[in-house]
Amino acid sequence: MSLVFLIFLPILAALFIPLLFKRLGQIHTGWFVLLVPTALFLYYATRLPSVMEGGTYVSELSWIPSLDIAFIAYLDGLSLLFSLLITGIGALVVLYSVFYLDKHREQLHNFYVYLLIFMSAMLGVVQSDHLITLYLFWELTSISSFLLIAYWYTRDRSRFGALKSMMITVFGGLMMLGGFVLLSIIGGTYSIRELIAQAPELAEHDFFIWALVLVLLGAFTKSAQFPFYIWLPDAMEAPTPVSAYLHSATMVKAGIYLVARLTPVFALSEVWMWLVAGVGLFTMVWASFFALKQKDLKGILAFSTVSQLGLIMSLLGVAAAAYHVEGAAETYLKYAAFAAIFHLINHATFKGSLFMIAGIVDHETGTRDIRKLGGLMSLMPISFTVALIGSLSMAGMPPFNGFLSKEMFLTAMLSLQEFNLFSMDVWWILFPVIAWIGSVFTFIYSLYFVFHTFAGKHKPDQLPKQAHEAPVGMLISPVFLAVLVVLIFFIPNVIGDWLVKPAVAAIQPFLYDSPQSVDITVSAWHGFNTELFMTLGIFAIGGLMFWTLRKWQHLYDLYPDPISLNRLYDELMVLSESGVSRFSKMYMTGFIRTYLVYMFSFVIFIVLLTLFMTDAFRLNFDNLAPIGVYEIVILFAMLGATVTILVSKSRLTAIIALGAVGYSIALLFVIFRAPDLALTQLVIETISVALFLLAFYHLPQISRKEERMNFRFGNAVVAFGVGLTMTLVALSAHSQKALPSISEFYKETVYTEAAGGNIVNVILVDYRGFDTLFEIAVLAIAAIGIISMIRLRLTKKEDQHENK
Amino acid sequence: MEIIMSVAIGLMFMAAVYLILSKSLIRIIIGTSLLSHAAHLLFLTMGGLGGIAPPVVSDGVTVNDYADPLPQALILTAIVIAFAVTSFFLVLAYRAYQELGTDNMEQLRGTEDYE
Repeated sequence: MSLVFLIFLPILAALFIPLLFKRLGQIHTGWFVLLVPTALFLYYATRLPSVMEGGTYVSELSWIPSLDIAFIAYLDGLSLLFSLLITGIGALVVLYSVFYLDKHREQLHNFYVYLLIFMSAMLGVVQSDHLITLYLFWELTSISSFLLIAYWYTRDRSRFGALKSMMITVFGGLMMLGGFVLLSIIGGTYSIRELIAQAPELAEHDFFIWALVLVLLGAFTKSAQFPFYIWLPDAMEAPTPVSAYLHSATMVKAGIYLVARLTPVFALSEVWMWLVAGVGLFTMVWASFFALKQKDLKGILAFSTVSQLGLIMSLLGVAAAAYHVEGAAETYLKYAAFAAIFHLINHATFKGSLFMIAGIVDHETGTRDIRKLGGLMSLMPISFTVALIGSLSMAGMPPFNGFLSKEMFLTAMLSLQEFNLFSMDVWWILFPVIAWIGSVFTFIYSLYFVFHTFAGKHKPDQLPKQAHEAPVGMLISPVFLAVLVVLIFFIPNVIGDWLVKPAVAAIQPFLYDSPQSVDITVSAWHGFNTELFMTLGIFAIGGLMFWTLRKWQHLYDLYPDPISLNRLYDELMVLSESGVSRFSKMYMTGFIRTYLVYMFSFVIFIVLLTLFMTDAFRLNFDNLAPIGVYEIVILFAMLGATVTILVSKSRLTAIIALGAVGYSIALLFVIFRAPDLALTQLVIETISVALFLLAFYHLPQISRKEERMNFRFGNAVVAFGVGLTMTLVALSAHSQKALPSISEFYKETVYTEAAGGNIVNVILVDYRGFDTLFEIAVLAIAAIGIISMIRLRLTKKEDQHENK
Repeated sequence: MEIIMSVAIGLMFMAAVYLILSKSLIRIIIGTSLLSHAAHLLFLTMGGLGGIAPPVVSDGVTVNDYADPLPQALILTAIVIAFAVTSFFLVLAYRAYQELGTDNMEQLRGTEDYE
C-alpha cells in the first residue's frame, strides 16, 4: 500500500502548489516542490540494500476488482533504478528550475503542477506491474509532457511541438494498449510477473507476434526511435528544465524501460531481437549523422539523445540475443544488458548536465544559435568545464563514464560473433561496423557542441545579452551531475553492484538467479583488444573530421528537405485534414436528392442481397383471396391516377390525381370490408387535397412556370428498385406466414370482454388504447406546430417580433 | 388477389420514390403522401384479404367470416399520423415559399457559411 501511495505523492503535492504560489508568492514555489522528489529519492535509496540482495517489494491497491484491475507497485532492480533516476534527476531539475524560471514573470504554479503530475506518471510507469495501469500512467506522461512542452503557450512553435509529440506518442500508446490487451488475452493475466513466468508458452500463441510488434511501436514512439524520433527535436521548445528532465533523462527512457521490462516475455522471438537491435542501431547512426546539421544547441542535444537512446535500444536487442545462446552467462553476450543499463545511467548524468548548460548559455547570452556563440570559455569557466566533461563523456573519452559504456557497447556488438543463429556468421560484422560509424559521428558532434559554443572567437555584437557566468544556484545541478560523470569512471563497480546488476537480473531472469550471480567487472583498462583499437580509431578519424568540420559541414545543406521525415509528417497532417474534408465534400453535396438516392440505394441493396443470400423469396398460391372484378377496376383507376401524377404538366392536375388515388383507396377499403377505414380515408383525403391546393395557391410567381417533370434515368432506376424490392418482400412475406393471427382472440371476446360490436373501434380504444392516446398527441403536436409556424415569425431584425 | 395487390403496391412505391427524388418541394410532398397510401395498402394486404363480412358483430356471422380487424386498427392509426405529418409538411413548405421565395430543392441548400 505504501509504495502505491508514494507513486501518487507528487500528484497529491501538486494539489497544494497553486495555493502556495498564490499565498506565498514571495518564496519561489520551486523550493516547496523540491521537497517531494528529494524525500522520494531518499526513501527509494533506503530500499537499495535489500534490492541489491535480490529482494523485491510489492504493494497493491485495488481499483476495479471486478475487472481484475489494480495498482500494483512492484519494486525490483530495474524499477528501483528508474525510480531513483526519476526522483534524483527530478530533484536536481527542480533545483535548477528555481533559478532558471523567474518567479515574477512565469506561471510557476502551472509549471510545477505539470511537472509533479509527470513525476507521478513516470513513477507509475516504471513501478506498475499491471499492464492496464502501466498504460494509464504511460498516457499520463504523454499528457503532462504535452502540457510542459507547450508551457509557453503563446508561442506558435511551442504549440506545434506539443501537438506533434502528442500525436506521435499517443499513437504509439494506443498501439501499445493493443499489444497489452493481446498479451493479457494470450496469458490470461495482466500481471507482468505472471506473464514472464509463462513466457515459453506465450511464444507459441498466434497473437504473440502481433502483441510484440504493437508493444514495440509504443516503445519506439516514446523513446524517439527511427522513424518516430521527429517529435523530440520539436519538443525542444519546452523550457530547458523540461528538456533536461523529460527529454533526456526520464520520459524518453520509458520506451527503454518497457523494452527492458518485457525482454523476458518477448526475447524468445527472434523478431524481437532483430527489431530492437536493428532499429536501435539504425537510429543511433541516423541521429548522430544529422546532429551535425543542427544549428541550435538544444537541437544538437535532441539528436544526440535520439542517437544515444538508439544505442541503448540496440544493446537491449543484443541482450535479447542472449536468450538464444546456450550458456550465455559465460559468453561476451552477457555484457549487452549490463552495458545498456550502465549507459542509461551515464547518459542520464551527462545529458542532464549538458541540457542544463545549454539552458545556462541561453539564459546568459540570449541565444542558442551555435553560429552566434563562441569564445565563452573565459567568460563562463564553470559552465565550460561542465560542458567539456559532459561532451567528452558523451564522445566516449576517458576519464569519464561515457568511455566505459562505449567500450562495453563495442564489446557487446563484437560479441554477436558468438551468436551464430540465423546465419549470423555472415551478417554479424555489420553491427560493429555500423556502431563504429555511429560512434565516430557521436565523437564529432560532442566536440562540435562544446567547442563551437565555448571555444573560438567571441562575437559580442551578435549576442542579445552581455554574456557572463550563471548564478551559483543554477550551476549546482550541472556541476553535481558532472562530478557524478567523473566519479562513475573511477568507481564503476560500485554503481555496477548497487544499481546495474539488480536491473540486469530483472532483464535476464532466466540467466541469473540473483543480482550477485551477474559476473561482470568493469575495468577502465582492459588490455589491448579490438575494442580499444576501435576506440582509438574513433578518436583519430573523429578528431580529423572535426578538425575539417567547417570544410564539409555545408554538405548537409545538400540534403533535400522535401524527403525529410518532418515533411512527411506535415504532409500527412495536411492530408488527413484537407483530404478528409475534401472527401466529405465530395459526397456531402448539400442536395437532399443525393442523400435520398444514397438511402434508397442502400435499402434496395441490403434487402435484395438478404433475399438472395438467405434464399428467402417464396411464392405461394395457397390461401389467396378470390380476384374480384371491382377490385381490378379500382386498382386500374388508382394506378391510372398515379401515372397521371407522374406525367402531369400542371401541379393542379397532380394534386387532383392524388385526390383520385386517395378516393380509390377509400373505395378499396369499402370493398375489402373496412368501413371505418373508408370513412376516415374519405374525410382525410378531402382535407389533404384542400391543404395541397392551399399550398399550390401560394406558390411564388418566379417558379410558377408549369412544366412537366424531366425524366431522369437515375431516379427512375432507384424508383424501380424500391418498387421491385417492396413487391418481392410483400410476396414472400405473404407466402410464408409462420403463425396464425392473434385476431381470433379479438373477434371472439369483443362482446363478452369489451362489450362492443365494432371490433376495430374496440381495438382502438380498449385493447390497444395507448396507441390511440399517442396518436392524439401526434395530432395535437402537429396542430401546435402549424400554429407556431404561422404565428411566430422572427424577422431578420433581431429585436423585432412580428406578433409583439 | 394478394399477388395483384403486391404488384400494384410495388408500382405505387415506385411512383412515390420517383416523385420524392424530384426537384420541386410540392412533388416531394405528393410523393410522401403516395408513399403512405402504399404503406396502408400493404398493411391491409399482408393482413389477408379474406373474410366476407366487415369486422362488426352482427347476427348470423360466425367468427371466421370477419375480415381481420387488427390491420384495420393499425391502418386507422397510421392514416391519422400520416395526415398530421403531411399537413405539417405542407404548412412548412408554404412557409418556405413565403420566406425563401422558391420551391426548388436545388436552390434550397446550406450556403458555405453554414457547413
